Amino acid sequence: MSGPSSGCGFLMSVVVHGDLALSEQEKELNQRLRSLYPAVSDQETPLPRSWSPKDKFSYIGLSQNNLRVHYKGHGKTPKDAASVRATHSIPAACGVYYFEVKIISKGRDGYVKYMGIGLSAQGVNMNRLPGWDKHSYGYHGDDGHSFCSSGTGQPYGPTFTTGDVIGCCVNLINNTCFYTKNGHSLGIAFTDLPPNLYPTVGLQTPGEVVDANFGQHPFVFDIEDYMREWRTKIQAQIDCFPIGEREGEWQAMIQKMVASYLVHHSYCATAEAFAKSTDQAVHEELASIKNRQKIQKLVLSGRMGEAIETTQQLYPSLLERNSDLLFMLKVRQFIEMVNGTDSEVRCLGGRSPKSQDSYPGSPRLFNSPVHKASSSQTYQTSTYYIHKFFFSASIGKKNILQKSGLLHQKKTFLVPKSTCFLAAEVEMEVDHFSNGVSESSSNGFLNGSSTHGIDLEELDSAQSKRQLCGGSQAAIERMIQFGRELQSMSEHLRRERGKNSANKKMLKDAFSLLAYSDPWNSPVGYQLDSIQREPVCSTLNSAILETHNLPKQPPLALAVGQAAQCLSLMARTGSGSCAFASVDDYLH
Amino acid sequence: MMACLLEAPLRISVLSEVTATSRHYVDRLFDPDPQNVLQGVIDMKNAVIGNNRQKANLIVLGAVPRLLYLLQQSSSSLELRTECAVVLGSLAMGTENNIKSLVDCHIIPALLQGLLCSDLIFIEACLRCLRTVFISPVTPVQLLYTDPTVIPHLMSLLSLSQHTQEYITQIFAHCCKTPEHQTVLFNHGAIQNIAPLLISPSYKVRMQALKCFSVLAYENAQVSMTLVNVLVDGEQLSQVFVRMMQRDKPIEMQLTAAKCLTYMCRAGAIRTDDNCIVLKTLPCLVRMCSKERLLEERVEGAETLAYLMEPDIELQRIASVTDHLVSMLADYFKYPSSVSAITDIKRLDHDLKHAHELRQAAFKLYASLGSNDEDIRKKITETENMMDRIVSGLSESSIKVRLAAVRCLHSLSRSVQQLRTSFHDHAVWKPLMKLLQNAPDEVLVMASSTLCNLLLEFSPSKEPILESGVIELLCSLTQSDSPALRVNGIWALMNMAFQADQKVKVEIVQALGTEQLFRLLSDPDTNVLMKTLGLLRNLLSTRPHTDMSSHGKQIMQAVTLILEGEHSIEVKEQTLCILANIADGNTAKELIMTNDDMLQKIKYYMGHSNVKLQLAATFCISNLIWNEEDGSQERQDKLREMGFVDILHKLTQASDPNLCDRAKKAMQQYLA
Repeated sequence: MSGPSSGCGFLMSVVVHGDLALSEQEKELNQRLRSLYPAVSDQETPLPRSWSPKDKFSYIGLSQNNLRVHYKGHGKTPKDAASVRATHSIPAACGVYYFEVKIISKGRDGYVKYMGIGLSAQGVNMNRLPGWDKHSYGYHGDDGHSFCSSGTGQPYGPTFTTGDVIGCCVNLINNTCFYTKNGHSLGIAFTDLPPNLYPTVGLQTPGEVVDANFGQHPFVFDIEDYMREWRTKIQAQIDCFPIGEREGEWQAMIQKMVASYLVHHSYCATAEAFAKSTDQAVHEELASIKNRQKIQKLVLSGRMGEAIETTQQLYPSLLERNSDLLFMLKVRQFIEMVNGTDSEVRCLGGRSPKSQDSYPGSPRLFNSPVHKASSSQTYQTSTYYIHKFFFSASIGKKNILQKSGLLHQKKTFLVPKSTCFLAAEVEMEVDHFSNGVSESSSNGFLNGSSTHGIDLEELDSAQSKRQLCGGSQAAIERMIQFGRELQSMSEHLRRERGKNSANKKMLKDAFSLLAYSDPWNSPVGYQLDSIQREPVCSTLNSAILETHNLPKQPPLALAVGQAAQCLSLMARTGSGSCAFASVDDYLH
Repeated sequence: MMACLLEAPLRISVLSEVTATSRHYVDRLFDPDPQNVLQGVIDMKNAVIGNNRQKANLIVLGAVPRLLYLLQQSSSSLELRTECAVVLGSLAMGTENNIKSLVDCHIIPALLQGLLCSDLIFIEACLRCLRTVFISPVTPVQLLYTDPTVIPHLMSLLSLSQHTQEYITQIFAHCCKTPEHQTVLFNHGAIQNIAPLLISPSYKVRMQALKCFSVLAYENAQVSMTLVNVLVDGEQLSQVFVRMMQRDKPIEMQLTAAKCLTYMCRAGAIRTDDNCIVLKTLPCLVRMCSKERLLEERVEGAETLAYLMEPDIELQRIASVTDHLVSMLADYFKYPSSVSAITDIKRLDHDLKHAHELRQAAFKLYASLGSNDEDIRKKITETENMMDRIVSGLSESSIKVRLAAVRCLHSLSRSVQQLRTSFHDHAVWKPLMKLLQNAPDEVLVMASSTLCNLLLEFSPSKEPILESGVIELLCSLTQSDSPALRVNGIWALMNMAFQADQKVKVEIVQALGTEQLFRLLSDPDTNVLMKTLGLLRNLLSTRPHTDMSSHGKQIMQAVTLILEGEHSIEVKEQTLCILANIADGNTAKELIMTNDDMLQKIKYYMGHSNVKLQLAATFCISNLIWNEEDGSQERQDKLREMGFVDILHKLTQASDPNLCDRAKKAMQQYLA
């Protein structure tokens, strides 16, 4: 599954590469690398994309975007051997890594010795062929031998020559390597490989030319098929992981997690029904849950003023003690004013205050620690996690949910990824934004991975109705006044508690909205997106829960977050199996 | 003391209780109230599940005929009939003896009759039971084909439900054992009916459908040719099979899909250089040979791979470098492993059971791998203990292993280098000769064929074999009823006679006898005839041997016989070559010169439309008129009189350079 998170990665990588228009080949390369190695973070551990012009012996010449290698030495003795490494080492998060080398020319006739293809660690002498030294491994074309950190080769495979395509596959799960020749696997060549090896090629005959394929073109060998086998193996390992004698406890634990999740997000009725059918106690009073639910609804529908007021009523000391939180809520209120959704400006705007409780369903935010990024993708992903998590939890347990009577209610909180979810969103827009202000954001939901900027442009024709503060002069004045209050609050805070760069940036970004004639269509316009209410809502909810000595994160979110963290830790420590165990892939 | 007394009667009472309850179950089947009968059958169903003793008891007590009666009775309620079928299906799940009893009670026609009912639940119950009966090795598969209406009816039931699909395809997959069965199923639309099931949502249905195709396509060109053109949901069948070979699919599915493609390829429906064979099927089968697979899978994988690449050198070359196949196969000989003997009796038993199968599969695959390429043969013989393994394989008790070992040896014996080295070093001729003494025909064919190669003149094993009294043995082979054995016998003799000394030649002629020689010359098998002529030629070649003091007449007779008979060009060419050999002998020349009839025949062939025959005949004349020999003048004169010079003159203008050259050389004899 190419998860929405990888969509994110794409956006970022575009940013990283700057303004340069990507060539077709680069696009294809990015796409292929992304689909082959979805677990690799290109910021943390970039993939090899070409040979390194810096990490090579002087007898090596590079051309064609550093993909073609040719030999320019004398090639008389082994002392004339020369190698080049790829730009980056192979990240463990690949799980299985593969590249191919096509022999364009085996070089001048009469030279018996020629190229080696393989792997080497950073720092291995480049005046040598791969395989001859410690932490260096190679398969040589002249005799078909494999060289495992030794000057003496072992019989391994057939010889290779002009026209052949030789592939090298590193399995980072069992730390082995095999080669392919013209699409045929030749069998394991090396075992117990060290981490952080670089694709390497070495030449030693005048006229030798080879081309590398790090994913620029389709591979001759069907590496995806090999990866499928390993993905299945890893997932079978997870499926069969013994949970031991504690099966009863296992079920109780899952029920607890579900219940606590429901309570956390204030799904009162469902939580109550679930607790009842699974015979659990709820550790929070129903009234308290309902209060939180009310506040969350207000935040999510953009009515920040009311939300702040209600919070102050119900939890009098909370915002007093937590001025940063209050500041954040007020900044959000300012943004909602600009948006024309805050109740203060709505009244002024003369629009009929619609039934205030009609925010669709309940809040659905699920802010797990690893998904801090506030984008529609994250939103959708996290909702999806829950959905999947519940179902995976029931694997082998014959639907705990069904037994517990939860399943029939699932639509109230488990929004299936597509239809129901969208229906809810659309309903929301219709109810609250009769002026069509948020059409762009609703579109963002629909597409999941599309960028909002594009959507806004596309919807230019619909912009006419979108006006600052709903178009009312009085509302604008109120907004400006509120902005001044906010400014003074910020100054006050700074005097009291010292500089806070987060607060400063928050305020600056919010005020920047006024710098544009069409704030929605500006570089800071994303703030107006209703999705930005989610983190605010979550932070507030967590703060309330903390005052009751309840966890600010539901255990379910923690578990999912921990699993994801664990995987990225595995990637960092070189455990390749993390490639085939993404939380996304597994939870379904 | 007390305990003993108490225990004995208790055990008896338990036993009698068992039969009593079984009896009770059967009795209830005869209750006048149909409602009680139904309840009785249901109770019986619950009692027999998983209880083999109970099943046997009920069968002994005669429950089966009564259940069948109730099942067939139209007055029985549908529910009752269904429950009867379910109980019968349960009884069939027991031992092989149960199945035998059921079949003896004519359960098959009764259940097949039941399929005509319109109720799906009942049909499914009948099919489930039929399936269990038919997949048992004790059931004669022919019973499925006795009534010609059965197969079409089963085809029509395929659309009813996933269960009918699963059971029917499973029955087909098990009961398609002969080309006739394949044809029956094919003619009733098996392909069109089963192809859509390959994308069924049910794994079991997909799997059984796939198995059907593997048995249907095996050595069947008609089915295979049809299969390549079948589309399933817009996709070619071969592509569906390729998808089923993906590495994340269950091994059973990968292996069966690979079999389907292999059979289609061998039947000529898919080219051997098609990507789906080279890049998919072959690697998949190599993977099936790996240590990670179950022993059964490794056997099937190796056998299928051997079959796939047998006729194609390119596939052999690719397989030989894929995933270290050659050394991977060496592991097939390590069962039962020393570890299994110590640690685990069950494992040892399992290993022992498969050890023969593994060895024969490995030998077959080695034979196939090495059948063409010299480098591969070298690689095989260099594999650890390979020659020793073959040698011991030749004398194993399992005939399958012996046959496979000799096939492997035969394949390797095509290598001149191996004949000269490893074959000699390991004295493979010894076990081979032993094998030839007493073996079934199929082993004999392979062994004698291998012997032919070992008797080639450059083979160092030739001498010791000769000394072991092989001539008698080979002569007896030429009298076999099997044409293949006759060919091999005479072929080996032919090889033996090649450039042999006079003593050996005489021995051969004496052992074979003129009578047998003539019988072979009139053999209906052209191969036998050709090799016999080859033997004659080898016997006559080199001057000193050509003057066949005692057999001259007979050989001339034989030659006449063949030249007059209706034979292929090759046979006649070979015969003319013999004649040319004779014409080269000092005294033997006269046998031709005095035979005007024969000279006329030579003249005829010099003017034949086939160049090869012209060449051979010209060669013959050229030998007769050769200058340096006694009496050449007379022979030249006689032949000139007969008009040969004119013919030779004409042939010097021939378009074929060889013939032209030969004729010119002959003419020079006259000019000199």
